Amino acid sequence: MIEGRESRSTSDGALVEAENLKVHFPITAGLFQRTVGAVRAVDDVTFDIRRGETLGLVGESGCGKSTTGRALIRLRDATDGVVRFDGVDLFSLSREKLRKMRRRMQIIFQDPYSSLNPRMTVGSIISEPIETHDLARGKEKNERVRELLALVGLNPRYTNRYPHEFSGGQRQRIGVARALAVEPEFIVCDEPISALDVSIQAQVLNLLVDLRKQFSLTYLFIAHDLSVVRHISDRVGVMYLGKLVELGPPLAIYETPAHPYTRALLSAVPIPDPKAERRRKRVILTGDVPSPANPPPGCRFHTRCWLYEKLGRPENCRTEDPELRLVGGDHQAACHYAEDALQSDVGVAHLAADAPRRAAVPEVVADPALAAAASGGSSEPSGGGSTSGEAAPGG
Amino acid sequence: MTATDDNRRSDPPGSPAVAELPETIELPEAIQIETEEGRRLAAQIADDKTRHARKLLEVRDLSTHFFTKDGEVRAVDRVSFDLDYGETLGLVGESGCGKSVTALSMTRLVPDPPGKIVSGEIIFDGVNVLKLSNEEMRLLRGKRIGFIFQDPMTSLNPTLPVGFQISESARLHLGLSRRAAADRAVELLGKVGIPRARDRMKDYPHQFSGGMRQRVMIAIALACDPMLLLADEPTTALDVTIQAQILELIRSLSEEFGTAVILITHDLGIAAGMCNRVNVMYAGRIVETGTVDELFEHPRMPYAWGLLDSLPRLDEQRGARLRTIEGMPPDLIEPADDCRFAPRCPYVREVCRQKEPELSPRGEERHLARCWGTEPGGWIQ
Repeated sequence: MIEGRESRSTSDGALVEAENLKVHFPITAGLFQRTVGAVRAVDDVTFDIRRGETLGLVGESGCGKSTTGRALIRLRDATDGVVRFDGVDLFSLSREKLRKMRRRMQIIFQDPYSSLNPRMTVGSIISEPIETHDLARGKEKNERVRELLALVGLNPRYTNRYPHEFSGGQRQRIGVARALAVEPEFIVCDEPISALDVSIQAQVLNLLVDLRKQFSLTYLFIAHDLSVVRHISDRVGVMYLGKLVELGPPLAIYETPAHPYTRALLSAVPIPDPKAERRRKRVILTGDVPSPANPPPGCRFHTRCWLYEKLGRPENCRTEDPELRLVGGDHQAACHYAEDALQSDVGVAHLAADAPRRAAVPEVVADPALAAAASGGSSEPSGGGSTSGEAAPGG
Repeated sequence: MTATDDNRRSDPPGSPAVAELPETIELPEAIQIETEEGRRLAAQIADDKTRHARKLLEVRDLSTHFFTKDGEVRAVDRVSFDLDYGETLGLVGESGCGKSVTALSMTRLVPDPPGKIVSGEIIFDGVNVLKLSNEEMRLLRGKRIGFIFQDPMTSLNPTLPVGFQISESARLHLGLSRRAAADRAVELLGKVGIPRARDRMKDYPHQFSGGMRQRVMIAIALACDPMLLLADEPTTALDVTIQAQILELIRSLSEEFGTAVILITHDLGIAAGMCNRVNVMYAGRIVETGTVDELFEHPRMPYAWGLLDSLPRLDEQRGARLRTIEGMPPDLIEPADDCRFAPRCPYVREVCRQKEPELSPRGEERHLARCWGTEPGGWIQ
């Protein structure tokens, strides 16, 4: 499975490219709404998303990850910079051409409650994009809607129900069906599972993984949950205060992170394992994230950086904004002292090689009637075999 | 606290104490003692931190139901557990499992109507909480039990300066003067890590960031040195780096004050890092309880290990698909008399659909699970 994903991602170049992308929001004041400053939500970000890959984007609230996602499909106009989709500059397109292009890119939103129109039936929510792009009409359209519902694991007969009749997880499935209705190539998933309960999160995450395979989709997966991003991504980008500070494959980002912010972030994520928790070396970042309207000079992270303190506050952290540079194969970081960060065990101390793992989940004995007879007294051998095999049916 | 000292020094000479609060805001009236149980509680409070029972908290067969137009929702159904002095206990589960209502019941803050504690006993430090009058409950709240809620913006009063909100309970419960209570508030704000504490006493909640507001909440909760801190999803609204700060703060302050903590969370990672013991709740029932090590390493109830297994982990590269718990939690209006998890359980047998199992011991001390399959001689080993 992993090999398959990798070969897919390297097969043919970039589908989406962002070059020196900047999105600033003006701050106005006074009677005449004079512009007095700007919130630099996204400030000079360059990266690409390869065809067929899932790029995870993580960071704290206000770091610009959602704004980046929206700019990539031109739901937000950029202040500066270029976004190319399949080689075409999105910001140069006319309205009509952009509308046609939009068929190829879709978005799934975080909040399944507010992103569905409560006055529309599920059928009309899903068929709206089909009508907009004139992909099917009449009977064929209705058939398509039922197909989509079945595809995301909902009952195809539900077309006449309203969003409030569904649970959060089901609503998110409706959002996925709507995005898939136009057969896109690229989907921006903006915190698609953050509003859901743990057991439902896994269901929706699995759905996204299955669909990616089935339709060779390319995802930008935006989330604040680092564990989820590790699970689903082929590459991971870390943002801080409008900047992309680190980019690389999950193994590099999670086990040999080269930016001190990534390490601090990793050290803060709780792990559902008391022993791993005790092993950890936590860096408590002091203070809050500075305002993106007035970011610190030099490296934006230096005001909270533990490495900066440890190295005796080197001057270039305060004066020079570090560029994203290669620190290993396909692994980039924006830190003057990435090599020193790599030496540390901050943020990865929980990864002890000899860490004991939780006992494997017992196997499901298929036939209750038969097994009930067998289980009378003796115990079956303690569940050594994990059931990961049967947990992964095709979909 | 050094910050406090610095600020004191930086005050211009001759200026009035910054922490002085408006005279116009009146304190709530003193608490009237009416019942036998209330007299007992008042006497104990005068005694301060002496222990009056074997356990700080004993909850027996607590049921809290909500009476809605659709029927009686059994949000908390015959829940029993106890808590040692100074212990940190986690209540974990998904939304609607009854963890928050359990905590609200302990301070009788369940909105009534529609909610009502229909049966059970809550013994706090030897005092029968359900026998106290509504008035006497105020003795318990704030003085003996402090709260931290999920959303600090809605649980702080937006129209009052934070200094007043912190000193209010110290004036009421500890009988401090306005000046002394203000000094205590400054000290507490310093303790919870708010810089320039003295200057910020007159600020309103909206002038603080989310993490800072949660710190103010913690200062209020600890203002009267309570024996129990109820933290209901204290970090859910916060970013992960701020979450780490707040959890660290709760941990260090509860150690310093010897405060017991009940931590309600849906995040198993937080429970693993913070708690001594954990109760797993599902559909209004406790389905498993044990020390964190036992529970996370040898869960003995399919819901608990399903939950653990459906989490992607930071320290593991897993396969492409996660294991899931299929289906959804049951309706709590007159639930059937079966194992509540049976409809979603991959190990289910006929017996599970007929009768709900007891919460029974599983080897290690204080490890209990509610599952026919993992009982001795059961079919899940």
